[in-house]
Amino acid sequence: MTRNLLTLASALALLATPAAADTLKIGMITTLSGPGAGLGIDIRDGFALAVEHAGGKLGGQDTQVIEADDQQKPDVAVGLANRMVERDRVQVVTGVVWSNLALAMLPTLAGGQTFFISPNAGPSQLAGAQCNPYFFNAAYQNDQIHEAVGKHVQDEGFKKVYLMAPNYPAGKDGLAGFKRYYKGAVAGEVYTQVGQLDYAAELAQLKAAAPDAVYVFYPGGMGINFIKQYEQAGLKGAVPLFGPGFSFDQDILAAVGESALGVKNSAQWSPDLDNAANKTFVADFKAKYGRIPSMYAAQGYDTALLIDTAVKAVGGNLKDKDKLRAALASAKMDSLRGAVTFNTNHYPIHNIYLREVVKGADGAVTNKTVATVFANHADAYVKDCPMK
Amino acid sequence: MDALLLVEQGLNGLQLGVMLFLMAAGLTLVFGIMDLINLAHGTFYMVGAYLTAALVPVLDSFPLALAAAVLLTALLGLVVEAVALRTLYRRDHLDQVLATFGLILFFNELVKIVFGPVPIFLNPPAALAGTVDLFGLKYPAFRLAILVVGIAVAVFLWLLIARTRIGMLIRAGATNREMVMALGVDVRLLFGLVFALGCGLAGLAGAMAGPVLAVQVGMGEQILILTFVVIVIGGIGSIRGALAGALLVGMVDTLGRALLPAAFRLVMDAANASAAGAALASMAIYVLMAVVLAIRPKGLFPAH
Repeated sequence: MTRNLLTLASALALLATPAAADTLKIGMITTLSGPGAGLGIDIRDGFALAVEHAGGKLGGQDTQVIEADDQQKPDVAVGLANRMVERDRVQVVTGVVWSNLALAMLPTLAGGQTFFISPNAGPSQLAGAQCNPYFFNAAYQNDQIHEAVGKHVQDEGFKKVYLMAPNYPAGKDGLAGFKRYYKGAVAGEVYTQVGQLDYAAELAQLKAAAPDAVYVFYPGGMGINFIKQYEQAGLKGAVPLFGPGFSFDQDILAAVGESALGVKNSAQWSPDLDNAANKTFVADFKAKYGRIPSMYAAQGYDTALLIDTAVKAVGGNLKDKDKLRAALASAKMDSLRGAVTFNTNHYPIHNIYLREVVKGADGAVTNKTVATVFANHADAYVKDCPMK
Repeated sequence: MDALLLVEQGLNGLQLGVMLFLMAAGLTLVFGIMDLINLAHGTFYMVGAYLTAALVPVLDSFPLALAAAVLLTALLGLVVEAVALRTLYRRDHLDQVLATFGLILFFNELVKIVFGPVPIFLNPPAALAGTVDLFGLKYPAFRLAILVVGIAVAVFLWLLIARTRIGMLIRAGATNREMVMALGVDVRLLFGLVFALGCGLAGLAGAMAGPVLAVQVGMGEQILILTFVVIVIGGIGSIRGALAGALLVGMVDTLGRALLPAAFRLVMDAANASAAGAALASMAIYVLMAVVLAIRPKGLFPAH
């Protein structure tokens, strides 16, 4: 009898746990080892800073972040996604850096009704025909960043531009985005192997093609290698170099030094953007980690802000997926990049800035905002997305 | 494609080749003589690059920093050999793979703690930062320096192995390890020296690569895969094979990337040709490896 009562009591206790006391579990699947690790580490660190700013409680909920290293390998990422859904039972997965990994992980996460909020990867496929109710992008659609430089290069009157990118989904999105606004001749369009170290062969071809400008999309270590070798081949200054922010961001500038000075690039964010949230972020990030934050760090922070805002809006009720989805889609937050809203395909509508690589007052090489290329810019694929 | 461009691509291929040779020579010595599969060979490449980058501002001279970094890397090799690898010689290859993979993880984490996760800065010395005019061809001066250093090391290794007593023991060890031990040679010392030499060469490769490539955690693994392809093609345990394999891989990789997209452009539009060419060029060295192994299953110049 006593035993039955006890069972009943514990069953009641279980049932009585209020929905509002859910622990927010977030799966942080990102690249923490290998040559792409700098990007993942920045996303993780930016995200962690936002959690710290929220007192460890995103949206007022106890927040547990479960870290996992995808090693930049799609099969590993899918395995981790599966683990997060089946074993760790997280409500949200974030962290993904690479578009090919995002495309590989989505079926598992959406199938497990787990929200997948990308802090970086924004492949065109997921913005258009394959957009998904469980996928959000807190950063940008890949093409948007490249479109801005395409417009700038067009406006500057360059007529013969040489294009280079790695051979993977974001590389193709990048050059497509550039060409959407650049209308001149393409002197050459070269796709290289992902993770390639040596660009000597491609640089020799480039020189032979004699373009009047060069546009390259090389994120992470690839970008460092390319920029150094571009200078050593005597091309710096001779042929103007342009790129998206990914190719000239803080993670790269620390390693290439003054080789990149003067290069114009584009991003939705810059360390000098003048708003209160950004100033606090840049100062606190420097204080905590001892380096200037990169775009990726800012995106990690913005992703956490988005989750924070949405979870607050649903009063901590993480069970009602439709409500949470609506809250994410209509989130109004003090983003580091200023005003941002989400389109029907769950991708951001925001400003894209032109930045220039400069030497800061303290001698550090960093980016400075020089112009707003697009205000409230939506992506080109939203019309193909069936979600309304 | 004109002749000058072809010459430039040939130089590029050669330069990649001697770089790979620096890596492959050490790896194949260790495997050939000590029968140890050292997956952590790339770690010493990374350590060489990081040490050079850290020492250049301190010593204010690239050559000095490079020399110090190579010596320190060789010294680290001696320590790692004594602490971690000595017990592995008698174990089978799978154990060695597992243990040296552990070393990779350990050193990657260590470098991340010491130098931070963000790649660090290393530029070539001012004298070698520009280009050199080779009969109308402007070629990066630092790449030319890599070429010269690589050739010098190849000559040094040849002299060392063909003309010295240590070289004789190394050759004998590669051919018949048991016999050398039976003759009463201090094998422990020989192994230690060979391992340190291999590490020093990897460190030199890393130090020379630093100004051209990203000095970052994990840089060793990227080059290691190519290095394994080189020693498999060249024949395991043979320095001559390492040289031949390295030059072959360097050439095929560079020329493949230069010529294949152009060849595809003759039959399809530019974007597709570039993508198809890039895809096929990245496979070229593996196709080369398959062809070599089909004809000579033990590689071009096997030691055993």
